[in-house]
Amino acid sequence: MDVDQLAGLIPDGAKIAVPPDYSGVAIEATRAIIRRGIRGLHLVCVPVSGLQADMLIGAGCVATLETSAVSLGEYGTAPRFVAGLKGRAFRMMDATCPAIHAAIQAAGKGLPFMPLRGLLGSDLLASRPDWKVMDNPFAEAADPIVLLPAIRPDIALFHAPYADRNGNVFIGRRRELVAMAHAATTALVTVEEIRDVDLLGAEETAAGTLAGAYIGGIAVAPRGAWPLNLWNIYAHDETHMRQYAEMARTDEGFTAYLDRFVHRAAAAE
Amino acid sequence: MADFNRHELLIATIARLLDGCRLVATGAASPIPGAGALLARARSGGRMRVNVLGSIRNDFLCDGGVELFDLAAQGRLDAFFLGGGQIDGQANINLVGAGGSYPQTDVRWPGSFGSGYLYYLVPRVILFREEHTRRVMVPKVDFVSAAGPANDGTYRPGGPIGLLTNLCWFAFDRARRRFVLETVHPGHSVEEVRDNTGFDFDCPDDVPETARPDPATLTLLRDTIAREIAETYPRFAAQIFGVSAA
Repeated sequence: MDVDQLAGLIPDGAKIAVPPDYSGVAIEATRAIIRRGIRGLHLVCVPVSGLQADMLIGAGCVATLETSAVSLGEYGTAPRFVAGLKGRAFRMMDATCPAIHAAIQAAGKGLPFMPLRGLLGSDLLASRPDWKVMDNPFAEAADPIVLLPAIRPDIALFHAPYADRNGNVFIGRRRELVAMAHAATTALVTVEEIRDVDLLGAEETAAGTLAGAYIGGIAVAPRGAWPLNLWNIYAHDETHMRQYAEMARTDEGFTAYLDRFVHRAAAAE
Repeated sequence: MADFNRHELLIATIARLLDGCRLVATGAASPIPGAGALLARARSGGRMRVNVLGSIRNDFLCDGGVELFDLAAQGRLDAFFLGGGQIDGQANINLVGAGGSYPQTDVRWPGSFGSGYLYYLVPRVILFREEHTRRVMVPKVDFVSAAGPANDGTYRPGGPIGLLTNLCWFAFDRARRRFVLETVHPGHSVEEVRDNTGFDFDCPDDVPETARPDPATLTLLRDTIAREIAETYPRFAAQIFGVSAA
């Protein structure tokens, strides 16, 4: 399966969970999603996003954004995120990182909700009618605690270094990828390469593996996180990130970026 | 102030505020807190562990993004750093946006990150914001990402011990829900702090100067810590210390 075929498994309106920029982001697949013109996505950032959310918002793919932050990190503001919010291009669901982790974990356990400490007295809580407060039924004195409904994504989408010959994927210590895949109906994964090994054959690798049982599709995408880094395997592309941050500041600039790096790049292949 | 710069003063101050901690973590976009924590660790005689978000060498978490939050909820994490686009006199912090009507704020920042949780659970939260102006230090934040301590009986083992800026260190008096001006950095004055602070705070008659970093601290910082923080924040380390990763 190639990356465009993998993106073809994502229907309009799907709820998609994606990891933070440092964890292994499927940017080649993101370009494929934009090329296919997929619309109405509910993007769940576990627990934050950067370039990927910004590109998908700018390309008009996102109807709902659930996240604890969107930022290009040292490259500054995520410009399409900010512009899209101003223009009411999507519904915003502001969260805090552990709330998204906890709601993803609830889905992974097949639970309807998860309690979480903190949040009381905040406007995060006030702006989320789907979050509820109840009194801890095990406490003797009053002890209000927030309840979060489970987040059950249709798809978890991420990029990893390699898959083995049996369709298991090496995720190392990035356990949030496992939590996302467990919570989602299925996982779609891009990898740098397929290796002729058995990840589950030894404890050292099995402990860092997402089993193929959770995975609905794997596509090989060399440098598939570019221009982001993949762990410490390759660094992010500073020049390109600066170029993106500059071009994405205006509608015209972003359109030119898509034309040059998303649409035309594919046509040239 | 010829023998140290502003960043070195902030890093050394942070290291002092972390004295006695067993476990300290830093979050996104936090080079100065990261350097301060690594400096405190180097002087702790092996008693302190530090987790720098985005580092490989100084990150012991291997159970995914949730592990930091889980250990904070258990009380294992002694100190953390939070900032804000706005901070008010009751120590409410806003990382979402200002002006307009949420979610269509006039100015939008990245978002609340872990603040809506860690602020309530980590006993020694150090509020850190370099910019000390009336647009940051406001009477009332436009959006509460994380609420200052309310003393209303809700579960709240954590909270701010104070606020460090380019001008000064405010301690936070939790019982009275007010900042107290504790020290003013060398080269700055109480008047300057007053002029640039939009919220009321307590100000004793005599406000001492923030302690200057001693030569041994500066040597340790420049020779060792600069290279350690360069692994995670190469541009910062190159600009401030002129070094690359160890």
